[in-house]
Amino acid sequence: MHNKDNVTERVLRISGVNARRCMKCGKCSASCPSYDEMEYHPHQFVYMVESGDVEPLLNSRSIYKCLTCFACVDRCPRGVEPVKLVEAIRLEVIREQGANHLRADDVPAKIDEDVPQQLLVSAFRKYAK
Amino acid sequence: MKVSYFPGCTLKTTAKELDAYTRASAKALGVTLEEIENWQCCGGVFTTANDEIATKLSSIRALTEANAKEQPLVSVCSACHNVIKQTNRAMQTDADFAFRVNNYMRMQSDTYTEYHGEARVMHFLELLRDEIGFDKVAAAVKNSLKGKKIAAYYGCLLLRPGKTMQMDDVENPRIIEDLIRALGAEPVIYASRNECCGGYVALDSPDSAAKQSRKVLDGAISAGADLIVTACPLCRYNLIKNGKSDIPVVYFTELLAEALGVKETEDAQ
Ligand code: SF4
Ligand code: SF4
Repeated sequence: MHNKDNVTERVLRISGVNARRCMKCGKCSASCPSYDEMEYHPHQFVYMVESGDVEPLLNSRSIYKCLTCFACVDRCPRGVEPVKLVEAIRLEVIREQGANHLRADDVPAKIDEDVPQQLLVSAFRKYAK
Repeated sequence: MKVSYFPGCTLKTTAKELDAYTRASAKALGVTLEEIENWQCCGGVFTTANDEIATKLSSIRALTEANAKEQPLVSVCSACHNVIKQTNRAMQTDADFAFRVNNYMRMQSDTYTEYHGEARVMHFLELLRDEIGFDKVAAAVKNSLKGKKIAAYYGCLLLRPGKTMQMDDVENPRIIEDLIRALGAEPVIYASRNECCGGYVALDSPDSAAKQSRKVLDGAISAGADLIVTACPLCRYNLIKNGKSDIPVVYFTELLAEALGVKETEDAQ
């Protein structure tokens, strides 16, 4: 079970994001290359964290769809940096024991001989603790 | 000129040619790359959470070594460069993070000197533009790439976040196009050149990554490119995997080594 106490507070603290700065223009989501893959979009992460409604985000596969491409950071006119909230929510989930999204045992079936080292280290950094 | 060099794990394995062409080109241009001793993998992606220091220590070790030698820290893989530059910026701007890192590093070594992001972090492209100069690169060209139409693919890691990377205009970059011109070829401009290739999502959701890569490939092909160049092994992997053999995708250093006439030399092997 996820430790729900103070999740919102912790997410805001480790992300360093000031969600109140958001003016809900949607530019982050309009720029997001993973928009179609996500159930909750970057501007919704900002809005939902600000209103303390983090439970649906913790349970959504959207947190694994973010590419950490920083488009939402560079295109936000208010300096909100939505990706940092996506990352903080994902960390909330995978930092729980046994909640890794990627297991070493599953890797051989997912790769081919050309896979660069970089793909494996990056995926483990984003999906496992 | 001597610089500290951080090759990174992929340049020692599946992207050996990226490393070899970089070394051969640097030598031809009079730059000595001094490899960081006992460097460790950068981790591939920067963790934005400010409570993590462990995932940033390999960058800190490389940065402090380069700083002690008063050399800029140069890397050529887009991912290593991104992680190291973002970590360096955090050391400059986040006092609490820097405090915890410095405390930890001091426990590891009595001779550790406090660090606050003083080292200069450069991508090899920046070294070519800002230290050597594209005019000097052009003057050193032995085999002009005249007649080739080349699409520069930046992806996300080279440019973003722009405030930290400070390499070029994030929406309208030109550093790779300028290099292509210096080598005698013609750059091709297309809309998806600074969009993500799908990155590490290729492992978890290959279909999502394929869609991203196709956008890049289709953009470059419809703009009339013969060839795509990149600085990132993961971009290259995703583009080749999803491009079948529609268009070749090579490292920019391969073109550079070819133009400088050092591609076949021992240094490039
Ligand atoms: S960093 Fe993530 S949330 Fe932001 S634009 Fe890129 S994929 Fe979307
Ligand atoms: S771009 Fe910035 S201000 Fe606009 S909705 Fe996204 S986070 Fe809010």
